[in-house]
Amino acid sequence: MRRAVAGGLARAQGWRRVFARPGNTMTFLGLLLLGVMWIYPFIWLLSASLKTQPEIFGSGLGLLPDQPIWENYARAWTTVGFDRYFLNTVIITGGTVLLIVVRSALAGYVLGRYKFIGKKVLIVVFVVTFFLPEGYTIIPVVQLTDQLGLLNTYLGVILGLGAGGQVAATLLYAGYFSGLPKELEESARIDGAGPFRIFAQVMLPLSWPITATVVILNFLFAWNTYLLPLVFTLSEPAMRTLAVGMTAFVGEYSTDWSGLAAAAMISLVPVMAVFIALQRKFVDSIAGAVKQ
Amino acid sequence: MTADPTRLAEPPGATARTSGGVLRRLRKDWWIYLFLLPTVLGYGAYTVYPLVASWWFALLDWPGFADQGTFIGIENFELLFADGLFWNSFRHSLVFLVAAVPLRVGLALFLAILLNRKQTPFKGLLRTLFFLPVVTTGAIIGVAFTLLLDGGGPISLALVKSGLLDSPVNFVADTGTSLFAGAAVWVWKWLGITMIYWLAALQTIPQDVHEAAMLDGAGPGREFRYITLPLLVPFLVIITLIDTVGALNVFDLMYTLTAGGPAFSSEVIEIFIYRTAFGASVPQLGYASAAAVLFGLITMGLAVAQAVGLRWARRATGGMK
Repeated sequence: MRRAVAGGLARAQGWRRVFARPGNTMTFLGLLLLGVMWIYPFIWLLSASLKTQPEIFGSGLGLLPDQPIWENYARAWTTVGFDRYFLNTVIITGGTVLLIVVRSALAGYVLGRYKFIGKKVLIVVFVVTFFLPEGYTIIPVVQLTDQLGLLNTYLGVILGLGAGGQVAATLLYAGYFSGLPKELEESARIDGAGPFRIFAQVMLPLSWPITATVVILNFLFAWNTYLLPLVFTLSEPAMRTLAVGMTAFVGEYSTDWSGLAAAAMISLVPVMAVFIALQRKFVDSIAGAVKQ
Repeated sequence: MTADPTRLAEPPGATARTSGGVLRRLRKDWWIYLFLLPTVLGYGAYTVYPLVASWWFALLDWPGFADQGTFIGIENFELLFADGLFWNSFRHSLVFLVAAVPLRVGLALFLAILLNRKQTPFKGLLRTLFFLPVVTTGAIIGVAFTLLLDGGGPISLALVKSGLLDSPVNFVADTGTSLFAGAAVWVWKWLGITMIYWLAALQTIPQDVHEAAMLDGAGPGREFRYITLPLLVPFLVIITLIDTVGALNVFDLMYTLTAGGPAFSSEVIEIFIYRTAFGASVPQLGYASAAAVLFGLITMGLAVAQAVGLRWARRATGGMK
């Protein structure tokens, strides 16, 4: 308790020292002003989601609604079908992340620890295709999915999002596995374990930090992705994801801006919750991926 | 990764892999290929095949996925070169790159330097604020900013009230501002992640370099110019490359913000491809593929140019040591 108080005091004195220098205060105020520009659209969206339609544009710059209209949320959730879009997004995101983790961990393990015929070819292909824009591949991807009969299915979207691309995940696993001591595998092999058991029971559990990174980054990617789910569900509106449903909302209910704002908030809440809960991990994993 | 061939699969004593050749190695390593199978299949089908197939599709007159295309040679490319709307979208993508990428990279570096200083208070909070749009769905940001940038929206109102604008402007619906509005929103959305890249880069600079500069009497400006900046050049190249590719992939934000309009004034290449292939009542898949092939070539060209730049930068900084 006393230590906590002392810590608080030291911190307070620290702040005082920081703000005693006018340069520091100016920097902070400048940054804070910039920060407000970064948070304002979110606050505005939240406020719009609780306003009536005319109030959004009639109330000028005021952020507080006269009377919060919670029905906007109910309307977005049920009438426009966001309950279904939400479910679609959860299934597609979950499936995509799972597919990416499984296949990148398997490939990263052998790429990171073994020499084999064809390894160089694989790495060259990865490097060449690393920066391929999505607009380049989308037509053949749709054509292939159509031929497989998977358009407008969950599996089709999951394969489209998780099967190609995502080189970074494989390389992260490869880098991590190559750094683990080889005694781990040797002792398991002496105990009579084959490569599959060694991978599943020794190596995969050890790679937890990388798995967390891959899950976080690809959760974000899959939840927010737009072009592929849009194109894959053009003829089947019930299969839309939240991101795609948002635009359809504009088309069909072009005047219902308050419902739209509420729908946007519904789609944002899960991502924000995950982000705030895992904030440190988020930032560290991106920074770590860059340093690699 | 390749320096030490720790062939753990090999039993001790069998290290001589001279004869027996390829077949025996393939048979012995069968499980390795099994591990690679999901990636090879998925990557082959969804990345390598599209890469190759686009070139073939670009030579077809192909009105829809249900139909078979007819081979027409390079006619699509001839039409594309004569198509004012294609060059319009091409020019917009370039303007977008030139306007938005330096702004995003530069502003993020500036922020990262301020947030890397020990004296700056509330670093964690500020970092979170700038990172919030990064985790937000691009489509939502596009939709939200059509409202925020509307003539009656808060940004226009605030600018009129502060006297910077005479009358309200709908930035999204004005042919003169729509592309730049998109660029500004894009910088706003992605600034946080570039800032994190820069923070990671700054942390690779050892603290004693900074202290040595202080001892030699270098002020913050001189220290940045002569010490920090040269050390950051390799990162500058790689971060610019990442952001450039991001700028070419701006579809979701631009499409939900302006859908390329008004009057094609903000149509970038990805929207051109989408509109030609999926948005029109008569799909022109071959024509769109030809545009995609050109788009891919441009991206590749930029990536190669920057890879060369990176090698040059590494050599230059390596020579300095």
